[in-house]
Amino acid sequence: MKKIGKGIAAGFYPSGMSGGGDSSQAMVKVQPDGSAVVTVGSCDIGQGCKTIMAQITAEVLGIDYEAVKVVNDDTDNCPLSFGTFASRVTYVDGLATKMAAEDARRILFEIAAVMLECSEDVLEAVDSQIRVKGNPDKSLSIGEVAGAGTFGMRKFILGLGHYMRDPAAMDPETCECDPFCTLAWAASFAEVEVDTETGEVEILRLVNSYDVGKAMNPTHLEGQIDGGATMGVGAAMSENLHPFFPSLEFQPDNLGDYAIPTTMDVPDMESVIYECPSTNGPYGAKGIGEMTANTPGPAIVNAIHDAVGIWITNLPATPEKVLRALDAKGA
Amino acid sequence: MSKVIGQRVTRYDGMSHVTGETKFVDDQVVPGTLTVKALRSPVSKGKIKNLDISAAAKMPGVAGIITAADVPCNAFGLVPDQPVLVSEDIRYRGEAIAAVAAVDEDAAMEALEKIGLDIQEQQAVLDPLESMKEGAPQVRPEGNLQMWDGHDYRQVNLGDVDQAFEQADEIVESTHLHPSVEHAPMEPICSLAVPHAGPKLTVYTVSQALYFHLGMLCGILQMEPGSVQCKQWKAKTGSAWRHNTGYADVNYIGGTVGGGFGGKNDIMADHVAALLALKTGRPCKWRWTRAEDLLYSTFRGAWHITIKDAVTKQGRIIGRQMTSIRDAGAYASLNPYVVEKHCYLGAGPYFIPNVRVRGYCVYTNKPPASSMRGFGITPAAFATEVQLDKIADRLGMDPWEVRLTNAFRKGEYTPTKRVLNSVAMIEVLQNLAAKAGVELPGHLKAMASTQERG
Amino acid sequence: MHTLELTVNGQTCRVEVGLKTTLLEVLRDKLYITSPKVGCNTGDCGTCSVLLDGVLVRSCITNALSVQGKSVTTLEGITEPGDIHPLQKAFHEHYGSQCGFCTPGMILASKALLDVNPSPTRDEVKQALSGNLCRCTGYVKIIDSVLAAADEMKS
Repeated sequence: MKKIGKGIAAGFYPSGMSGGGDSSQAMVKVQPDGSAVVTVGSCDIGQGCKTIMAQITAEVLGIDYEAVKVVNDDTDNCPLSFGTFASRVTYVDGLATKMAAEDARRILFEIAAVMLECSEDVLEAVDSQIRVKGNPDKSLSIGEVAGAGTFGMRKFILGLGHYMRDPAAMDPETCECDPFCTLAWAASFAEVEVDTETGEVEILRLVNSYDVGKAMNPTHLEGQIDGGATMGVGAAMSENLHPFFPSLEFQPDNLGDYAIPTTMDVPDMESVIYECPSTNGPYGAKGIGEMTANTPGPAIVNAIHDAVGIWITNLPATPEKVLRALDAKGA
Repeated sequence: MSKVIGQRVTRYDGMSHVTGETKFVDDQVVPGTLTVKALRSPVSKGKIKNLDISAAAKMPGVAGIITAADVPCNAFGLVPDQPVLVSEDIRYRGEAIAAVAAVDEDAAMEALEKIGLDIQEQQAVLDPLESMKEGAPQVRPEGNLQMWDGHDYRQVNLGDVDQAFEQADEIVESTHLHPSVEHAPMEPICSLAVPHAGPKLTVYTVSQALYFHLGMLCGILQMEPGSVQCKQWKAKTGSAWRHNTGYADVNYIGGTVGGGFGGKNDIMADHVAALLALKTGRPCKWRWTRAEDLLYSTFRGAWHITIKDAVTKQGRIIGRQMTSIRDAGAYASLNPYVVEKHCYLGAGPYFIPNVRVRGYCVYTNKPPASSMRGFGITPAAFATEVQLDKIADRLGMDPWEVRLTNAFRKGEYTPTKRVLNSVAMIEVLQNLAAKAGVELPGHLKAMASTQERG
Repeated sequence: MHTLELTVNGQTCRVEVGLKTTLLEVLRDKLYITSPKVGCNTGDCGTCSVLLDGVLVRSCITNALSVQGKSVTTLEGITEPGDIHPLQKAFHEHYGSQCGFCTPGMILASKALLDVNPSPTRDEVKQALSGNLCRCTGYVKIIDSVLAAADEMKS
């Protein structure tokens, strides 16, 4: 018999983790033509940090996204970063990049103030121009400013940024401490069909709801959500590195036996985004890279319970485990 | 007004990806590169009685072999407990004992077969629950349990949990096992180390954390700025000096990684490739097979989590006790940190005024586990969220109501007393219900994170 | 050693190979064409996918000598200077690529599908790509990309 059930799960996830401090630096160099190069030390592991750092740089300098180049490839040239983990890069590197771009913009304003014969604090950088706020006629292109500053005034338009959270001072008995930048919030809804004859579980629908602080790039965000949810589905349904835990017997040694989800295993997924800005992150952003893998699994397990009244307390929910639990329940 | 932030701009490196122009470590072509293969332990625990590389070193095509004696500082990691190559005590099946650099894979594999290895196998312990017991076989000299401030567990204590259990209308308990999970990025572990004239080394890496690994590699190589001549470099085994200098001697090249998910947060191949490059004076590439990657790379270690909750008839969780046991494998890697994060936030997105969490990091004779996407929170989310449905089931309540009733609100604090100011658990659940087509009752719809708890 | 003659991306090549050399080794190690990746070497992941006389194969389990006289197309072969294939454009615009490691194989598997079925359904795309693994995207935007390319190529 096939039975349908629904389940939910909620969660949260920290951006950054500063047991011992959490540091990233960035440099933004404005070229004589008004384009920019942002240099950071974090890696792009597919999550899209190059895109986000380019967006932040373009936003602060008021230039096109296409006018920003990102360099992050080696330790000789790139500044310090603790690394791409702990859902920290958009937040921590993002802040460092924003600071560096603002620093570069400050130098551009110094140059433009001389050229426009005004004070620096009335200037803004928008539409690839430096202009007097409220008086768009009084403006120069960023290229003109950067060129004149570099060659005419011997300026080096290089902005620096360094964001570092203090190490979390921890009480050894209570563990009282403040170890993360901010929290993002998550919830998933799953609808499953359980075949009581075979023990197979089919995920009919998966809905994910997230607070991300600020959707810096909605397309990247959706990609992260889909990918994380799929990893959650894999952990819930099929993946087990030690199938006879704690024994190492029959440990899978190829990607046929270690079954990560294929196109055929991914359910229809929908997501809904909420923006509750972080108090200190760049543009209110929060990190969501890791969080997306956490709630789909328990939502699926709860949906199985709703369908057939069994609790899967040992992942993954293989047909064998489902059948054994049904047997134990006396179904 | 944001012009670029919040926009759907295309992926910065998207065009390179779709044309195949993106170069990953394995795509770097350096003429004369040698192939590296490692001799790995066939047993989970044992003592090396004899290791003889003399016949292997004479094999055609072999340019160099390294063993523990060639590693200047043979202990690395956040807690520096892991040898690059085993000198005596084998602690997991697959642990590297020696590595060969040869002109091609066949020559390297043939040389491996000529290495004489005599191991005295010992009783291993694979079950973390067994490993915790008095008299269990010793996994590592520092003990089978990670110590924190004199305790063999990391603890979080908020309020008075025992009193909460006395006041509770219901006590709900459950135990969960989250299995070992592999990151399985499409790009396997790979490292290419290229030596240069003078004390310089370029390492092409799959690392997710270039600077983290730069410091670690310099510690292993014991490089001092300007003082090291690669070719005359001598082994200094047993040195306890770990001040990491030598950043001027090593350039780490990476930044473009074929998937990580936490699986590339630990040095796995860079040290061996670097040591062989320095020894042979030639570029050395160590690309793990997919089997090596699945069997011996880091993974999300299994968790055994027991939860006991004090609950009122109205569905409020007033006390939670969690005892969590992490199977860390044979070395620390990032395991202690994973356990800490689990303890900080494992109790979930709910305001529970009395919380006691004990997280144990237990060593076993498995390959070292380490970080993976979710870092100690993923298994906690599984256990606590199934537990929430058990509470709902026990009380005859709606799962939505139990969650919304307990969800954090602005100004409340986590078990480590961090006061929260950007809170959206209630709204995220309400949005989920709307998207899923679930009609919530009016009093749940009216809730908000900014409302003070009544 | 044996002499293998094959056409790669329209160009005739002659290389020396052993009895157990794979097509993937020929492409990567002898011809320095690096878009086909070494993801597993056991035929499970699809990152080494190429087209052999227009048919999708896993080059890591294709013996080099078995392709004697045949024609191989890699991702480089569908990229014209300044004029990328509609599938490449769609994967770029619809975010069908995250880390990029599976992308070359994924695009070639998609091309193999569209070459025989220019108007696939979503399920047919899923079927066609089921042998190509991706750990980043959850496949949603990959499938979107293929369907968008199919639309583009029809118009």
